[in-house]
Amino acid sequence: MDNISNTRTDKVLQVKNLSKMYGKGCHACFETTGPQYNTNICAHCGSVVAAHNVSFDLYKGEILGIMGESGSGKSTAVKCLYFDQVPSAGSAIFTDEAKQYELFNMNSAQQRHLANHRFGMVYQNPHQGLNFDISAGGNIAERLLMSEVDNYAAIRARATELLARTEVLPERMDELPKNFSGGMQQRVQISKALAINPPLLFLDEVTTGLDLSVQAAILDLILEIQHEQQTAMIVVTHDLGVIRLLAGRTLVMKYGRVIESGLTDQILEDPQHAYTQRLVASAL
Amino acid sequence: MSTAYPFGFLDEYAKKEVRRTTLKAVAIPGYQVPYSSREMPMGRGFGTGGLQLTLALIGEGETLKVIDQGSDDSVNAVSLRSFIEMTCVGINTTTKTEEADLIQSRHRIPEKVLREDQLLILQVPYPDPLVVVEPSEDKRKTLHGEADYSRLLVKLYEDIVKFDEITISHRYPTRINSHYVIDSSPIPRWDVPKLHQSSALILFGAGREKKIYAVPPYTKAEPLAFEDVPFRVENFTDSIGQRRSCQRCNCTSSFLDEFIDSTTGEKVYQCSDTDWCDTQQSLNRSTQAATDSENVSKIGEIAHG
Repeated sequence: MDNISNTRTDKVLQVKNLSKMYGKGCHACFETTGPQYNTNICAHCGSVVAAHNVSFDLYKGEILGIMGESGSGKSTAVKCLYFDQVPSAGSAIFTDEAKQYELFNMNSAQQRHLANHRFGMVYQNPHQGLNFDISAGGNIAERLLMSEVDNYAAIRARATELLARTEVLPERMDELPKNFSGGMQQRVQISKALAINPPLLFLDEVTTGLDLSVQAAILDLILEIQHEQQTAMIVVTHDLGVIRLLAGRTLVMKYGRVIESGLTDQILEDPQHAYTQRLVASAL
Repeated sequence: MSTAYPFGFLDEYAKKEVRRTTLKAVAIPGYQVPYSSREMPMGRGFGTGGLQLTLALIGEGETLKVIDQGSDDSVNAVSLRSFIEMTCVGINTTTKTEEADLIQSRHRIPEKVLREDQLLILQVPYPDPLVVVEPSEDKRKTLHGEADYSRLLVKLYEDIVKFDEITISHRYPTRINSHYVIDSSPIPRWDVPKLHQSSALILFGAGREKKIYAVPPYTKAEPLAFEDVPFRVENFTDSIGQRRSCQRCNCTSSFLDEFIDSTTGEKVYQCSDTDWCDTQQSLNRSTQAATDSENVSKIGEIAHG
C-alpha cells in the first residue's frame, strides 16, 4: 500500500506529541502512568494523563483507525483535534489547499472558523452532534449557515441532497430528530458533518449501539463517501470489525499511550504488543 | 415642585457611570455594555433601564417626551413622565415629537423622522437576542465576540419551514455595523428599518439585565434574513388589497393598531403613534379649512360675477 510511504505530498494532518492531562501535573506524571503501570492516574499527584505523546500523519482519502478500550484516550485525542478540548502539549498541522494551519496556535475564533468550514465531526451519541429541538433539515442548515451560506433555497436543496445521499427520506426533513430511529439519527448527523464537504472528518464510535444491519449500512456509507470525495477520516472505535473494514492504518492505544501502530492488516494478523494480541484473540 | 431628591434622582456617581457606559456603547455599536443598574422606586421591568439613561442624560432646560405603545397617555408613560418631572427640576415635557430633545419610548419609534439633535432612549426587557438559543451567558459572550449568529438564522429557517415566513413580530434580531446582533427591544418589525442610518442617536437600556447598548447615528442596521427571503415589515393591506387607513386621521402610511369596536363588534384601525395621528388630523383640518375658504371665495366670486 502506498499510503505509508514518506514521500507522499498530500498530507492532510500531522500530529506530533499530542498530550492531554487533567489535574495539576507533576514531574512524575509521565513516568508512573501508561500501559506498563496499568494506570493513567499519577501516583504522586493524582492527575489523569488522558493522552500522552500521540503522533501520527494522515493523508488525503485515507482512513486512520484509533483503537483501544474505554478510557484509553482515543476520543480525547480526536476531541483535541476538533477543538472540543484544549490539549496540554503537542502540535498539529492541518494542510488545506496548500495552506498550513498550526491548529493549537490559533485563537478560538480562528479555530471555530476552521472547524466550521473544513472539519466534520460525528459523535457516538447523536445528542452531542445534533440539536434535538430543531428539525433534521434545520440541523443541516445550521452547519451551512455557520459557513456563510445564506440562501434559503440553496440550503433546502443541499439538505435534501444530503439526506437522500445518506438514505434518510427527504420527506422527513422537517421532522424533529427525536422522532427518528437511532440509525436514522446517526445518518442525519453524518449528513450534517458532510454538509460543507469537509476534507477532514472525525468519526467517534459512530456505530456503537446500533444493530448489525444498520451498522453495516452506515459503514458502507462511510466507505462510499471516502471514495467519492477523497475525505480523510479518523475513526475512533473499540470495534475490531469496524477497524478491519474501514481503516488502512491503525493506532492501538492503552492508558493514554500509543502502544502499536501500522497497517491494519498487519496489526490484526500479527499483533506485536501483548495487549493487542489479547484484544485480537478475544475478538476472533 | 421642590423635592428632597438631587437633580435626576440618582446620585452623581451613578449618573456618571451611566454616561461612561453610554460612551462605550456608542463607541462599540451594538455591544451590550454591562453597568450596575441602581434600584429605582419602581419594579424592574417597568422601564428602569430607559429611565436611568434619561435621568443621567437630561439637563435643565431640555424637553422630554415619554411614550409607551406609541401613546403619550398610557399609564406607564404618564407615571414615568411625572416621576422625571418631579426629580428633574427645570426640564420641560412635551407630547410633540419635533419639540423633544430626548424621547424615552417602549414599543415604538415615532413615525416622524428624528433629527440629529434628538436622542431616542428605548426601554429593553431582554437585551440579548441569543438568549433564545443559548442559555449560558458565558457562551453567549463568546458567540457575540466571534459574531457567530448561525443559531439565530437557524431559528429563522425553522420559521420559514413551519409557517412559510419569518414570524418574529417584535424584538427582531438586527445586525449593527456588520458585527454585533442586537435585540431591537419590543419595537415592531415596522420600526426596525428606522434604526438603519438614523440621524438620531438611539440608546437601549435594560435595567433588569443591567446592559446598555447603542445604535449610533448613521450606522448600518441590517435585520437578519436570508438572501432569497428578505426581511419584511408588517402588511396592512385588507382582503381586497387596499392599504388600511387610520379611522381617525385616514393616514395610510403609519403603523396601525387593531381594535374591536365595543358597540359594533367590528375591527377598526388606528395609528399607534398618537402624536402622529393628532398632527395628521390637524393637517387634515387645515387643508379642509383651506379648501372651504377657497370654496367660499369661489362662491363669492360667482356671486359677484
